[in-house]
Formats: sequence, structure tokens, C-alpha cells
Amino acid sequence: MSSTREAVSVRELPLRVVPVAALTRPWRNLGGRNSLYLVQRHARAYRHMWLVLLSGLGEPVFYLFSLGVGLGQLVGTVTGPAGTQVSYAQFVAPALLATSSMTGAMYDSTFNVFFRLKYAKLYDAVLSTPLRSGDVALGEITWALIRGALYAVAFLAVVVAMELARSPWAALALPAAVLTGFAFAAVGMAATTYMRSWQDFEFVTLVSMPLFLFSTTFYPLTVYPRALQVVVECTPLYQSVVLMRGFVLGVVGPGLLWHAAYLAVMGAAGLLVAGRRVSRLLLK
Amino acid sequence: MLGSSVPDHALIRARGLVKRFGEFTAVDGIDFELGRGEAFGFLGPNGAGKSSTMRMIGCVSPPTAGELTILGMDPVADGSAIRARLGVVPQEDTLDVELTVRENLLVYGRYFGLARSVIAERAARLLEFVQLSERATDQVEPLSGGLKRRLTIARSLINDPEILLLDEPTTGLDPQARHAVWDRLFRLKQQGVTLVLTTHYMDEAEQLCDRLVVMDAGKIAAEGSPRTLIERYSTPEVLELRFDPDEHEQAAEKLADVPAQRQEVLADRVLLYVTDGDAALATVRGLGLQPRTSLVRRSTLEDVFLRLTGRRLED
Repeated sequence: MSSTREAVSVRELPLRVVPVAALTRPWRNLGGRNSLYLVQRHARAYRHMWLVLLSGLGEPVFYLFSLGVGLGQLVGTVTGPAGTQVSYAQFVAPALLATSSMTGAMYDSTFNVFFRLKYAKLYDAVLSTPLRSGDVALGEITWALIRGALYAVAFLAVVVAMELARSPWAALALPAAVLTGFAFAAVGMAATTYMRSWQDFEFVTLVSMPLFLFSTTFYPLTVYPRALQVVVECTPLYQSVVLMRGFVLGVVGPGLLWHAAYLAVMGAAGLLVAGRRVSRLLLK
Repeated sequence: MLGSSVPDHALIRARGLVKRFGEFTAVDGIDFELGRGEAFGFLGPNGAGKSSTMRMIGCVSPPTAGELTILGMDPVADGSAIRARLGVVPQEDTLDVELTVRENLLVYGRYFGLARSVIAERAARLLEFVQLSERATDQVEPLSGGLKRRLTIARSLINDPEILLLDEPTTGLDPQARHAVWDRLFRLKQQGVTLVLTTHYMDEAEQLCDRLVVMDAGKIAAEGSPRTLIERYSTPEVLELRFDPDEHEQAAEKLADVPAQRQEVLADRVLLYVTDGDAALATVRGLGLQPRTSLVRRSTLEDVFLRLTGRRLED
């Protein structure tokens, strides 16, 4: 929204070359409600390929049954947050919830964004309407986190049905899933704007695979030596796993806010970078 | 440069407009103005800076220097508000291949924040206008180039724009499809829509433009209506002569004796710019020259361009 004062100053400076506002106030390009029209576009496009949407649902459920339930028979109980003893399935389920929010959000914000950016020329069309580059970034990230949240809802339903949730706090796993989706969608889209070809997407796997395996998904942090613990504690998916485990197992404290803040900052940074990169790539 | 035909209330006004990409200067300080209801063209060969100018007008490319005002607003500060009132037909189709023909209009209309009922009504009317109603539920990808272009034109009209920007609207289309597009654009012009188009086809410029600028190497070489440009920079008639390839050069030398305002020797033919083509042809024959073919025609914008730049438009 440009105020009257800005409109006047623009007329006084007709030869201004660089959009000063964009340099001094980066949040002006964070995107606004126009981004919802892009979300609506995706919702309509997916009507033609709703089966694709279902594909992301299976993965966490398969992991839960094979590892959580199957392997869990051999493992017995595990030490959860604050020293609680929980069944292995209970230990793994919240982590898989975190993972499915991450991967759900990454589907759209990486591969699909790249396709729309480089091949479908969707954003070229969108940017010749009132939408700005910030709206494109916000719209894509919103859609991606919605997709991540949908998987989280479905998976959470499975978790609750299997009586793996131990507290009403588990309801807060949903906003945590949205936050996780936001963080990974934003960083995923920002990273995608730097991709040169499909080969570069190997890096996405290279990053997301170890995150999935080592963010205390399948065993507690205590199995690592202290030095490695610190490394894991700094990675993004770990924050989400801690949040989910706290909520689903009902071990909740103010310390969880730090993990939430980590994800919020990560998402905001990704959103900012993604908007600027779309601008740089397409508004030449 | 700007003649007295310049309208008082300019919809678009450019002064010393420059666009650089690194070291390369695509648009090199151009001035132009256009008013409501005009059909205004940028005519020039590929690489003349037409598309760069169009992108600046479309508020998707910030000017490097100079002044540009569109609908009284600054394209950098008020890009979103300006784009809300523009229709854009880009050079490359950017139709949404994941949607059907009709959905392309519905979704695009939403980008402008229009109510669904308004969009539905306009979409039906516009599909009718571009004769695509029967294909409304088809996927976009299998459509021919001409149909895609017509759909793009329909899409660009969904917000009832005050200015319609068309970048090379018929490039890559077969003659039949081109005429279908021209016909639709001509109707829009009749309805009073302000058209701004770029083209490297002189027939397109002559058919559609009330006024145009000839662009070459980022600069404006001339400005006026097609008729005044031809009157100012060419002769009423042109005599085109083709000789056998081995006689081509000698014949061209001899033709210097024919009284013509100007002579252009192209690779395959010689053009004589004259007032009376038939009389000139008689003179040529009188000199004992035997052209393999001869053609007397009226001057076109192609001749204007050749005169101004020494090159042909479509080379």
C-alpha cells in the first residue's frame, strides 16, 4: 500500500532509477492478500490431479507401521522428553508428523515452483497482473504449507486412531505442522530460485534425507556424542520434531517457544529471499 | 520528433527513456506519447528495443533512466495499480497449461480481484469474441498457435483494460491465423480500446496502427501515421526489377541513368523509387535492359524502413 505522501514524492522525482522503497523497506515486498489468488489457482489446478495430492499421505503411514509398530516390537520402550518412558511407536509418530509436514511443503515449493518458474512461465503471466513478486512468493509458500498441513492432519488422525497421542496438547501439533510447513516451504522456494537445472535438485535430497534420518526421528538425541548432539540441535527439522513430540506426548513447557521461534525466523527469511529472487529473475 | 498529432491527454508518456542490460543498451533514450483510443505501433526489426519498451510499459521491467508515466502514474512505485488497468499479450504465450481454456480466463480474472460472477460473464463473452466457445473445456496444450494467441487476447481483456499491450501479436502464426487475429484486433480498435503493439511486419503496422514509431537499434528513427511516413520517406510508387544473377550488378549500374528519386540495390532485386512506375519501366526498357521480372507497386512501410536504416525489416 503506498501512502499519498509517497505518491507525491514519486512525481517530484521522475528520474529516480532504483526503487528506493524496495531497498530501504524490504518488508514492503513480503506479499499481501493478492497472494491468495495464486493459492486459489493452485487449488483449481489440483482439481485435475487430485490423485497426486494423495501420494504424500502414504509415506509417513508406511514408516509408522514398518518402523514404529514393526520394529517397535523389538525395541520396547524408549526414553522420551523429560525422561518419560514411551512405546517406540509413540516415540516415532510425532517425528514422522514433523517429517511429513516438511516433505509435503517441499513438493510444491521446490519441483513445482521450478517448473512454474522456468517452463510454464506461470509467474511471468501472474506478474503482468496486479500481483507483485512478494505475492508470488507468499502465495506459493502458503499453498505449500497448506499441502504440508493436509498431510499432517491426515497423519495425526492415524496417530490419534492408534491411540499414540497421550494428551490433549496433541491438538497443538497442527499449528506446529503449519509452522514447519512454512519454514521449509519458504526456504525450499528461496533455494529453488537459485537452481539452474533439474540436476540441482539432488541437493534437496542431499539435505532433506539426512534431516529426516538424523533429527532424532528414530532414536533419542542421547545416543550421539555431545559434539554431534549440538550439531543436530542446530538443524531445522530437529526443532519441529521436539515441538511435535512435546505436544503429542503431552510434555509441554515454555522451552518449546524457542523451537517455534527458530522455525518462524527461518520461514520469514526464506519468504523475504524468495520474493526478492523472483523479482530479480523475472522483473529485469 | 513529435508532431502536432500528439494528443493533449497522454495515457503513456516517455521522455529520454533508457533500458540497459549490463553493458548492452536495448532502449537508447526514446520519447513518445499516446492518447486514449489510439492504435500505436512500434515498428522495427528484431532487437530494435521494442519488447524492452513494452516490458517497461507493462511495469515488469524498471527503466534504467528517463521518464515514463502510464495513466498518470510511475511504473516503479505504482506498478500494481497500473497493471490492474492494462491488458497484456506477451510475445511468448504464457497460458496456464495446467488449466482448461475457460479456467485460464477464470483464474486470470481472479488475479485482478474481480468478482467470480463478473469474471464468469466476461469469460463467456470473450470466448465468444475470439471464437473459442466450443473449446471452453479443452486443455490448453493441444491448441494450435493461432488458437492460443486468440485465447491470450481474450485473457488480456478479462479486466476490461484501458490499454492493451500486444508484443508481436502474430509472430509465428500462419497467414490464416494472422488474419483471424487482425480481425479481432481491428474490432477492438473500432470499440475504442487503446492498442499499443510492436511488430516487425509492415503489413500489420499498416493495417492496425493509426500512428507508429520506427525503431532501430534502441532509437526512434521516425514517427507518424503510416501514410505520412510513406509520404515523407518514400515515393508514391516503387518499381521492383529482377535480373539474371550474372547481369544483376551491371544492370544496377546502368539503372543509375533512370530518373528516380532513389535506388536500392538488394541482393536479389533493384528497387527504383519513382512517382510513375510504368513510365520508369518504359525508360528502363528504352535503355535496352531486359529485367526477368518487373513489378510496379505502391510504397509501403518496408520502403520507409529501408530508407531510414538501410536494412530490411525481416532480415
